[in-house]
Amino acid sequence: MAGEAVFRQEFAVKGGDFSHGGVVSCRIKDLLKEIGLDDRSVRRAAIASYEAEMNVIMYAWHGRVNLSVSPEEIKIVVDDEGPGIPDIEMAMTEGFSTATTEMRELGFGAGMGLPNMKKNSDSFRVTSKIGRGTRLEMRIRRAGGAP
Amino acid sequence: MILKDVLTLLDGEVLTTGCGLSFECQKVFASDLMSDVLAFSEPGALLLTSLANPHTVRTARLADVAAVVFVQGKRPGQEVIDQAKAMNLPLLITGLPMFLACSRIYLFMKDGAGGR
Repeated sequence: MAGEAVFRQEFAVKGGDFSHGGVVSCRIKDLLKEIGLDDRSVRRAAIASYEAEMNVIMYAWHGRVNLSVSPEEIKIVVDDEGPGIPDIEMAMTEGFSTATTEMRELGFGAGMGLPNMKKNSDSFRVTSKIGRGTRLEMRIRRAGGAP
Repeated sequence: MILKDVLTLLDGEVLTTGCGLSFECQKVFASDLMSDVLAFSEPGALLLTSLANPHTVRTARLADVAAVVFVQGKRPGQEVIDQAKAMNLPLLITGLPMFLACSRIYLFMKDGAGGR
């Protein structure tokens, strides 16, 4: 069980806002570095957050990214309002994608999003309700503990 | 191989004046898919890509890419260049296609300077 969070912040993400894709995750990376977390954990959290952020931009109407840091872990929870994921097992398959041409032209939509979030997390949970939205919960263990 | 060697090898141009070219490139990753950069590149890698939009620079920053080479003469907009300068991320551009650019770098890394 992770200890109490010593840092929390929430960020809004707007669906379809491709021009700002990654801005929230860059901010999260900066904050984690400012807190003094190790490079590997920061990179894993930044990548997981970026994939989740792009997921909201590509598929949902809007979403919220909740970052919390405890002495043991980084926790990123992304809640969106959107169409939801009809088949989570299929969406977790590397290479499976429902991306549009616009998404692919930006270098995304290769079907690596959810698998990559899982790869960069020590704990990954995705729940979804059709027509309502999706929740992604990622926990990344910190190396070395609190600064 | 330092970034300055890459510049010479690829007959390249520096887009981010002021960013140092002495970075030692030990790992190279080539892709137009930012999803693949996020999934498979290693921290500190040199990235070769023909995708010249703001997502390339943001992906580079988030994945700890050390420098980016735009191949096939794909020139990013000034906003992208300014963004890279602000984060001290060197950007180069070459007119060579991806295959040739990768080949020259590969031979140089394999055989040293005589590989060109």
